[in-house]
Amino acid sequence: MSAAAPSVLVKVEDIHTYYGKSHILHGVSLEVGQGEVVGLLGRNGVGKTTTLKAIMGLVPPREGHVLLEGAPITGLPSHRVARLGVGYVPEDRRIFPFLTVAENLRTGLDRGGVDKARKAALLDKVYAFFPVLAERRNQAGGTLSGGEQQMLAIARAMMLEPKIMLLDEPTEGLMPRMVSQIGAIIDVLHQEGVAVLLVEQNVPLTLQACRRVYFIEKGVVRHHAMAAELRVNDAVVHQYLGV
Amino acid sequence: MLQQILIQTLNGVITGMILALVASGLTLIFGIMDVVNFAHGELFMLGAYVGVLALAATGNFWLALVTATFVVAALGAVIYVVALRPLLGRSPLNTILATFGISLVLQNYALWQFGPVARKIQEPFTGQFTLFYLVYPWYRVLIALLSAAIIGAFWLFLKYGKFGIWIRATTQDRTMAQAMGIPVPWVLTGVFALGSGMAAASGVLFGPLVGVNHAMGLDWILKAFIVVVVGGMGSLGGCIAASIFISLLEAYSSLWVSPSQAIIFSSVVLILTLLFRPTGLFVPTPK
Amino acid sequence: MTGRDKLVFWCVFGAAVGLLALAPLVLPEFWRRFVTEILIWGLLAMSSDILIGYTGLVSFGHSAFFGLGMYGAAAALLLFVKPNLWLALLSGLVFAALVGVFVAYFATRLRDIYFAITTLIFSQIFYVVIFTWTDVTGGENGLTFSRPPLSLPGIFSVRFTSTTLHWFVLAVVAGSYLVLRRITQSPFGMVLQSIRENEARTRAIGYAVERYKIVAVMISALFAGLAGILYAVQNEFAAPDFVFFLVSGEVVIYNVIGGIGTLVGPLVGAAFFLMLREGLSRVISDYYLIPLGLVFIAMVIFMPQGLLGFLRRPLNR
Repeated sequence: MSAAAPSVLVKVEDIHTYYGKSHILHGVSLEVGQGEVVGLLGRNGVGKTTTLKAIMGLVPPREGHVLLEGAPITGLPSHRVARLGVGYVPEDRRIFPFLTVAENLRTGLDRGGVDKARKAALLDKVYAFFPVLAERRNQAGGTLSGGEQQMLAIARAMMLEPKIMLLDEPTEGLMPRMVSQIGAIIDVLHQEGVAVLLVEQNVPLTLQACRRVYFIEKGVVRHHAMAAELRVNDAVVHQYLGV
Repeated sequence: MLQQILIQTLNGVITGMILALVASGLTLIFGIMDVVNFAHGELFMLGAYVGVLALAATGNFWLALVTATFVVAALGAVIYVVALRPLLGRSPLNTILATFGISLVLQNYALWQFGPVARKIQEPFTGQFTLFYLVYPWYRVLIALLSAAIIGAFWLFLKYGKFGIWIRATTQDRTMAQAMGIPVPWVLTGVFALGSGMAAASGVLFGPLVGVNHAMGLDWILKAFIVVVVGGMGSLGGCIAASIFISLLEAYSSLWVSPSQAIIFSSVVLILTLLFRPTGLFVPTPK
Repeated sequence: MTGRDKLVFWCVFGAAVGLLALAPLVLPEFWRRFVTEILIWGLLAMSSDILIGYTGLVSFGHSAFFGLGMYGAAAALLLFVKPNLWLALLSGLVFAALVGVFVAYFATRLRDIYFAITTLIFSQIFYVVIFTWTDVTGGENGLTFSRPPLSLPGIFSVRFTSTTLHWFVLAVVAGSYLVLRRITQSPFGMVLQSIRENEARTRAIGYAVERYKIVAVMISALFAGLAGILYAVQNEFAAPDFVFFLVSGEVVIYNVIGGIGTLVGPLVGAAFFLMLREGLSRVISDYYLIPLGLVFIAMVIFMPQGLLGFLRRPLNR
C-alpha cells in the first residue's frame, strides 16, 4: 500500500443522529481517501452501523455534513447516494430472499447509462470472481447459505460500480475459512481502486486489510491510528474493545 | 339441479376473474406499500364512468377500455403523491382514514357529475349461446378471458421486466432496494397507479353486466378485502385462487339464499382464515 | 392531576354541561334535536376512542354495537305492551354486549389491519342480516315504535318532552363521560395506553394483554350500545342504515378530527363534523360531502393529532 495520503473521497463532518429522543451519534467525524481501506472499530451499540447508515442516507443526520468528493450528500435519499457511487453491504446481508441470484445482481446492474455490453462484462467479472454465485444464479437468494449470501450482498453492491463500499460486519456469523475469503475480497476491491469503509468486530482482519483505523465509543470517534502501528502496539485496541 | 350448479359454476368463475382483477390491484398495493386502499372500489367505479364517456365519444369499446385504464392510473398517481406519500412512516390508521376520505369524495363527485341514474356501457358485441335452459351471452365469457389475460400480462411484467424486479425488490426489502439505487418513491407511485389502472379496467369490463352508478364500488371493496386477506396479502396467485374460491362460494350460495346474504358465507371463510391460517389460505405457511 | 388542574377541569366541565342544559330553552325545535343528536353521536365517538385512542385498536365495528343497541331497545319497546325505558336500556345493552363478546374474541387474536377489516366485515354481516330478515327486523324499513315515558314503576311516569329528553340524554352522556374518564385515568386505563404504545413490552412486563383488550372492547361496546339506545328513544325508529359500515367510518372520522386519546376530542369532532355538514348542506345542497371529505383528508395529512390533540397530555395525566 502506498504511504502517501490519498485525496479525500468521503468526509463525514461532526454528524449527530437521533432515534426518537435518543441521541445516537454525538458528532462523528472521519475521512476515507480515494481507494483507501479504512476500518471502524468499537464495541456493540456504539454507533458504527449508524455511521454507515448516515453516510448512506438511511439515517439522515440532524446536524453535520457528509461529503462525497467534496459535494454534500447529507440527507439525500439513499437511492441517489447509491447512484452517486456508494455501495452498502449491511449487517445481516439483506439480500432479496425471493429474487434469484441473477435478479439480485440486476438490482444494482439496471441503471441508466450502462449499455448491454458493459452489463454483460460486469456480470461475467463477478461470476468469475464468485463462481459459487455463477452456479446458483437461478436459485432464490433466500436458499443460499450464510457465506454465499454474504458474497451475493457484496457482489450486488459491486454491480453499482461504486467508488466506495460500506461493509458492515461482513464476517459476522461466518466460518473461519470464509473470513479469509472476505479478506481476499477486500483486497480485490482495493486493487480495483474501490475505497472501503469496514465496520468490524474481527480485529485481526481489520488490522490486516485496512490502512487506517478509527475507534468509536459512545457515538463519538475517540481515536485514530495507522493500522501498521496497531499491528505492533495493540494496547489501544484492548482499551476500546476490551478483547 | 345439476344444471343450476353448472351455471353457477360458470358464473362464479367469471365473476371470480373480474374480482381477481380488482383485488390484484388491491393486494399489490397492500403488499408492497402497506396501504389499505379504501378508495379502490371508487377507482373501479370511476373507470366505468370514464369508459362510459370514452365510449360515447369514440364509439369503440376497446378504446374506452384503454382510455379508462390510463386516465384512472394517472389519477391514482396524483392521489398517491398528493394524499398518501405525505403519510409515509405514520401509523397505518392514517392511510386507512385518508383513503376512506378519498372514497367519500370520489363517490360524491361521481354522484354530482353523473347523477343518480345508472348509465350503461354497451358490450362490444352481442351474441349468445344456449346453456341448458339459459341464454348465456358470449360477452361474459370474454370478460373472464380478458381479465385472465390482463392478469397474466401483469404477472409476466412482474417476473421479467426491469420494473418488475424493482417492484419485487421493493416489496421484499424496501430499505435495501433504495440502497441499491432503486428510486423507491417512484416505484411506489407507479405501483399505486398500476393498481388503480387495473381497478379501472375491471370497471369497464364489468360495466355492461350491471348499470354504472356511483355506489357500485362499495360492494366490490368489501369482497376485494376478503379476497386479499384470504388469498394472502401481496400474493398474486393467492389472490386469483381466493377470488375464484369466494366467487364460487357466493354463486353456489345464491342457490339457497339471496345474493345480498351471500356475503355471510364469504365472511365466515374470512374469519376462519384469520383464525387458523392468517397468512392466507392459498399461501404456503411460512417457515 | 394537580389540585389546580382539577379545579380547571371541573369548571370547564360544569360550564359546558350548563350551556348544553340551557340550549333547549333558547333554541328552536330543529336545533334542539340537533344538539341532542350531537350528544348521542358524541357518546358513540367517545366509546370508540377507548379502543382507537386508548388501546390502539382501530375498529370499524362501532356501527354494529350502535345498531344492535338500537334494535335491542326497539325489541324491548315493541314486545311489551307498556313500553319501559329501563327494559329498553337493559335489552339494548345486552344485545350490544353480545356483539362485544364476538368482537372481543377477535381483538385478542388479530392485529391492526386484520382486526380493522374483520370489524368492518362484522358490521356488514349484521347489516345484511338485519336488512334481509324482514320478518323480525322490519328489513329495509326498520322498526318504529313509541317513546317510553321516564318512569319508576309504581311511583311516577312522565312523558318526555323534547326538552326533558335532551336533559336526560345530556345526563347520560355527561355521566358516561365521567365514568369513561375515571376508567381511562385508572391503573386499568394506564395499562391500555401502555398496550397502545408497545404491546410486546406490556406483555413482557407481565400484563395479560388479552384480558385487558377484552375488557376494553366490552366497555366500548356497552357505551356504543348505550348511544344506540338513546338514539332509538329519541327518534322512535331503528333502521339498518345505522349498521352499515360507512357509519363506523364516520365515527372514526369524528375521532380523528377531534383528537384520539382525549375522550372529549371525539365528542367535539362529532359536533364539528355534524355542524359542518349541516352548514355545508344548506349552501351546497346534496354534494356537501365533497368539500367535507376534502377538509377531512387535509386534516389527516396536516393535523393528524386532531382539533383537541393538544389536550391529550393534560387530560391524561
